[in-house]
Formats: sequence, structure tokens, C-alpha cells
Amino acid sequence: MSNTNLIAKRHRAEKRFQRYGQCAIGLALLALVLLLATIVERGWRGFYYTEIRLTLELDANTLGHDAVSFRHADISPFIKQALLKQFPVAADRRSLRELVGLVSSGATQSVRNALIANPALAQGSHTFWLPASDAVDRAQKWAETVGTPEIARKISNRQLGWLDTLKSQHAVQTRLNPLFFASGDSREPELAGFAGSMVGSLLTLLSCMLLAFPVGIMAAIYLQEFAPKTKFTEWIEISVNNLAAVPSVVFGLLGLAVYLNLLGIPRSGALAGGLTLALMILPTIIITTRASLRAIPDSIRDAARGLGASPMQVVLHHTFPLAIPGIMTGTILGLARAMGETAPLLMIGMVAFVADIPTSPLDPATSMPVQIYLWATSPEQSFAEKTAAGIIMLLLALILMNSLAIFIRKRFEHRW
Amino acid sequence: MQMPAPKTLPKISSRALNVFYGAKQALHDINIDIEANAVTALIGPSGCGKSTFLRSINRMNDTIANCRVEGRLIIDGQDIYAPHQDPVQLRARIGMVFQKANPFPKSIYDNVAYGPRIHHLCEDKADLDGLVETSLVKAGLWDEVKDRLHEPGTGLSGGQQQRLCIARTIAVGPDVILMDEPCSALDPIATAKIEQLIHELEAHYTIVIVTHSMQQAARISQKTAFFYMGKVLEYGETGQIFTHPGLKQTQDYITGRYG
Repeated sequence: MSNTNLIAKRHRAEKRFQRYGQCAIGLALLALVLLLATIVERGWRGFYYTEIRLTLELDANTLGHDAVSFRHADISPFIKQALLKQFPVAADRRSLRELVGLVSSGATQSVRNALIANPALAQGSHTFWLPASDAVDRAQKWAETVGTPEIARKISNRQLGWLDTLKSQHAVQTRLNPLFFASGDSREPELAGFAGSMVGSLLTLLSCMLLAFPVGIMAAIYLQEFAPKTKFTEWIEISVNNLAAVPSVVFGLLGLAVYLNLLGIPRSGALAGGLTLALMILPTIIITTRASLRAIPDSIRDAARGLGASPMQVVLHHTFPLAIPGIMTGTILGLARAMGETAPLLMIGMVAFVADIPTSPLDPATSMPVQIYLWATSPEQSFAEKTAAGIIMLLLALILMNSLAIFIRKRFEHRW
Repeated sequence: MQMPAPKTLPKISSRALNVFYGAKQALHDINIDIEANAVTALIGPSGCGKSTFLRSINRMNDTIANCRVEGRLIIDGQDIYAPHQDPVQLRARIGMVFQKANPFPKSIYDNVAYGPRIHHLCEDKADLDGLVETSLVKAGLWDEVKDRLHEPGTGLSGGQQQRLCIARTIAVGPDVILMDEPCSALDPIATAKIEQLIHELEAHYTIVIVTHSMQQAARISQKTAFFYMGKVLEYGETGQIFTHPGLKQTQDYITGRYG
């Protein structure tokens, strides 16, 4: 073959090789876009809910005048009364149930909150926007009509008629669901919130940091800067590397045996979850901290030693401060991984149905991935969009943490 | 090997000093006396043990895992390798300047002030300010940096950084300054400045300098030791070594037959 042919062949091979790389990246990006598009499509509805406007005739004699009495008052008769006034129906059980089934069971709580905020409302005729029931919510979100087969919808034909009337009066609105960010889990999908699990995740991560950060950093500093190079320290290094690869569910078993059974830490609490996850990310923190310390050139240590600094002074005044950006990056990445873990938390019981937002690390709690799992396994149709909405929140949190790690690395890491 | 009779007590003496890196022996039976308040140059081809000997003087070899030192190294009458000697305190009395300038990534002021701070040499801020200024003046750097003491030390030029390292070393108040090829990374003008500085310092400090440059050794030192394969082949007055070396090997090295 002539020379020009060979060169042409080589050029074609180079181009082909680059095309392979571009195809690979294209496929990866396509997968990413598909994933995000699917999740957003499935989940955006989970952030919205429907409200119905009703005029309630309230009576302070029955309801009381202060927060204490409001909390114990029975508001449902007033709601039923307002609905009957709007849509007079026969007084049989089924009709009444359908009628009251237009609003959510959480409507009474909504009124209660309004009264506590403004006790003057307890007397007279006032309008309230009440959360609609799941049936109405679904009808609005999926544009269900009488034409939609009855088997595929929760709302009945009669309820649809009432809904149309309300809509013509502009008494129906679909807006962002404040409960999603303000309340804990609920049996009713329209009332279920993510706040409980967000706080739970936060408390879990705090507990995790409390153990993993100091122990990991100190262990890494000792192993890297002080420990003599013996067979024993070699074995420790191998063990730490192996532990970083252990499946996370194993740490759940460990947590169950040691924290719950041996130490008696409250089951389902963020503390137990955090301590379990701490064991899981400890090897990662040790490895990244050691790598950050190793990256500091010996010339700095020599300079400090030459001035008469003791080994501890060399580490605390020079090596460690310079390694902090790398250590922070590694720690944040470890925490981001801990935030997304589900299996170990399931083993230690953070999988209960928790309706209240936890206030301390010892209260029963759940974390974001576990909440997503619970919603995903729920038979209620509307929890499907809640699951996807929860996934969107979790992804946002992870993106935030990873961006923070990248920002710290770019801004503070010294290039030697 | 010639050893001129010392006029005063030597500052540093090595007696039967042998240094091993694992199984490999780097220094064989070194016996030399280093004069106080003078510049002693250590010359020799690469890998002959000059840096190892230099680092033995302030026990920097302790930080190398498999390094073993046998024999005695006596400074001011005390064997620094005796069992209960503290290498950390020793290094406060012996300063070291390295081949590549290594200022801390801190401000110029903090670089010079670090040593005095950890050894608690100053009582208050005014004292420390004065010490920093004196050290920078002695290192010939004060005029160039007095307006920017709080800028990072790493922002200076190579020659300035090396002078900063010297100022940092002087600030601790050592008797001895060890220099490991301090000018090898610098241009001729910066080198000239450093050599001028060494000339000014020699009256008050004992300086031991490792150098690859024959001309530099001839210019700045009073005594020169020629190292070869871990042994000291010749040691004497610089003028004597360079004009009338005793051994052929010394002659060959000085005239550039081998490096």
C-alpha cells in the first residue's frame, strides 16, 4: 500500500475512534435526559393539589374562643352543612357520603388552623378554601369526565356534576401544595407531606457527621502522618479499603445488633440511623482524608520541621489546614451517599409510618429515600406522583450537595 | 585526608559517622570538624552523600523510615545522636534552607513569624514585628517587601522566596545554618544576591552549604570538603583545595573531568 493510503487509513481510524467516544457520551446523555424527563413528568403533579371554596356559617358558642377549644371542636358538621346548602341531596347515607367526599378529611384541620390564626372567624359567615379530596384532586389533574370509564376513576358521576357546578362558580383551584413542604406523612395522598422525611434526613445526617467526621479525620491523620509502616498498619489500610466496598445493608445488620440491641438506642430514631450510616461512610472519609494529606508536598513538612516544629505542630499548623478543602470535598460526597441510602435504615426500623415531624434525633423518624420507598409501595394511585415528587426533591438535594463539594474544591484547593 | 589544626573549638564534629538507608550504606566513617562562624562547602558528584551528611547535622534523616545513623555527631560539645537528645529542640538551633524555596502558603509576615511563635521567642506583637523586620533586613529582603508584608509569600519571585526562607530561618535565632544547594533553582543575579547574603551572615553564623557549583564553593567558602561515594576524600582550606588538591580524584572533579 502506498504511503498516502496508509495515512488516509490512519485518519479514518482516528475519526472512527472519536465517533465511538461521541456515541458513548451521546447514549449516556440520552439516558440521563430520559431519566430526568420521566421523573419530572411523573412527579410534577405531586407538588400540586386542589382546593374548594366553601362558605361556612360558624358559631362561636359551639366552637369556643381560643386555640385550646378550637383544637377540640368538631368542625365537620359545619362543613357538611355548607355542602348541603350548596347541593341539597336526599338524606340517605350514600348521598351524604358522596357529598362530604368532595372535601378532604384534612379540611377540618385546615379550618382549625385558620381559626387559631384568626379567632374572629369563629363567628358568622366566612369563606374558606378547603383541601379537596383525593377523588376530586385526581379528576382535576387527569381531566376526568363522565366519558372516562368508571373503573378508571375514583370520582363518581354525581360528584363530577357537583364539581362542574363549583368550577362554574370559580370555586375550585389547583395550586402548589403547601402541605407537601410543611407536614409529615399521611394516609391521604392529598395531605401527605415530605417535610417529615426532610427533617428526618437532616437529623440523620447530623448524627452521622457527629460520629464519622471526628473519628474518620483523626484515624486518617494518625495513619498517614504518625503510624510507623508495619505489617499491622498495612493490614489496617487493606481492611479500610475493603470496608468501603461492603454492601450497605450489612451495616444495617450491624446497627441493629449493636445500637438497638446492645446499646438500646431508640428504634426508628434519626440517631440510630445516623450512627449506622456513620459506620458506612467512615472508610470513605478515612480514604479521602488520607489522599488529601498525601497530596500535601513534603517540602512544606520539611520547612516546618527545619524550623523546629514538633510532629504535632507540623500536622496541625500546616498539613491539616492545607488538606481541608480536599477533606471537605470527600466528607460532603460521603454525606451525599449517606443521604441516599435506604437499605441500612430499613434494617434498623426507620421504615415505620411516621406522621409527625421529628423534633429531636431520638423521635421516630424516616428519611427521604425511605419515604419514597414507602410511598412507592402504597396501593393508592395518587401516591405514584407523590413518589416521583419525592424523588425530584431527593435529586435536588443530592445535586446541591455535590455542587457544594465541587465549588469548595474549585475555589479552595491549592494546585501544587 | 588532610585536616588542618583548628584554631578554635570546632562547632560541629563528626566521629565515625555511618549512615545507612536500609541495607545500602550512604556514608562511610565520616570524620570532619566544621569551624564556627565560617562557611564550609560540601562538594562532590551526585549521590555521593553530601546531602545525607547535611541532613544528619539537624537530624532531618530521622523522618526517613529506614534510615539508620551510627557514630557520633557533636555540636557544641554534645553528641546529638545520644539517646535522650530531642531532635525538635535541636532543629530550633540549626536552621535549614532547601534546594527549592518552600515558603508556607501564608503571608510574608506569618512565614517569618512562624518560628518565633512556636518557640515563644517574643513577648508581644511589637517584639514580633521588630524580629520580623530584623530578620528580613538581615536577609536583604526588607526593602522589597516592607509594603506588602501581608501578601502571600508564594507570590514572590524565586530569588525573593529563597531569601524569605533564609529570613524565616534566621528569625528563630540559630547558631548554624545548613543550605542544601540553595541557588540551584535560581538565575545568576538572584544567585549573586544570595551569595552576597551568605557573605554577610558568615560572621555570626556557622554555615554549611552543599553546592554543585565549583565556582560558588570557591567564591564563598573558607573550607571545602570533597565527598565521593560516601566518603570524604579531601577536606581543607578552600584556596588550597582548588589550587593544589592533594588527590587526583579531587583534581579531576574540580576541573570538570566528571560530575
